[in-house]
Amino acid sequence: MTVFEFFNWCHETAIAVAIRESLWLFPALQALHLVALAALGGAVLVVDLRLLGLGLKGVPVKTLARDMSPWMTRSLVLIIVTGVGMFVSESLRYYGNAAFTAKMAAFVVALAFTYGIRRRWTSADVTGSGGRVVGATSILLWTAVAGAGRAVGFW
Amino acid sequence: MSVVPVVLEWVEATSISTHIRESIWTYPVIESIHVLGLGLFLGLTMVMDLRLIGVVLRNTPVGDVMGRLLPWIRWGGALMAVTGVLLTIATPVSFAANPFFAAKLGLLALAGVNVWIFHTTLGPSVGTWGIHALPPLWARRAGATSLVLWVSIAVAGRLIAYNWFQ
Repeated sequence: MTVFEFFNWCHETAIAVAIRESLWLFPALQALHLVALAALGGAVLVVDLRLLGLGLKGVPVKTLARDMSPWMTRSLVLIIVTGVGMFVSESLRYYGNAAFTAKMAAFVVALAFTYGIRRRWTSADVTGSGGRVVGATSILLWTAVAGAGRAVGFW
Repeated sequence: MSVVPVVLEWVEATSISTHIRESIWTYPVIESIHVLGLGLFLGLTMVMDLRLIGVVLRNTPVGDVMGRLLPWIRWGGALMAVTGVLLTIATPVSFAANPFFAAKLGLLALAGVNVWIFHTTLGPSVGTWGIHALPPLWARRAGATSLVLWVSIAVAGRLIAYNWFQ
């Protein structure tokens, strides 16, 4: 199956047809996607600011990261579910959309960084210059995902 | 002819409005900054409200969470306000006729009143009641009210793109 065939298959699934034919389903998915973006932004940023030596300085990085982790995961689940819904309904429009490709690439990198390197650093309670690099990288990666995501609609 | 449409049409005819509306890049760039500002402003507001409700950062006093996050929330709010005003200036006539825009403005006014009430009533004694993992019921209600209002504002804002009622 080629990428185009996969996009085409997504486009013809029952759920994709239902979202396309509904007046309000796509806007509802967009609104939920945006609320999940904010929730993810908060859960990620509060830890990244702490890694940068800002924000909640009185709380250890490890405690903060552990406390926010369930909210980060829940936000990501909501973002992925609503994102998949929007994608399948208009998948042929996103085929060849450079902003969409860039967003997916940035999203995969951001996820791998967050659940790989960043989690190792936060669970080791690392601060200082190493922590600052991890915090800044995380903010840049998620900013790229959100920026490219907004651009998908302009393409 | 009443005053409001005249003012809206005058705003729409200004060079800044025309530039934002007609340039290929300006509107999308401002809108992207508005969305990134939402991640900062609403994201950290959610963390603060969830602490008020007693579900995150339960071992950190509410006063500490607010003291540390509010400066960032204010920066985020300023970023949203500036970009939001620019987006409104670009197409004031159609925004004025958009029910989602009207809903957003109304909800923003309510959220403003909610912030004012919180900081004049519960705010000053946060050092006393805010130390508990689970704040008192009225404090949790204040957090839930803020959460519902700000989330509704984001939803109304997203729906401005749809003019179903026009």
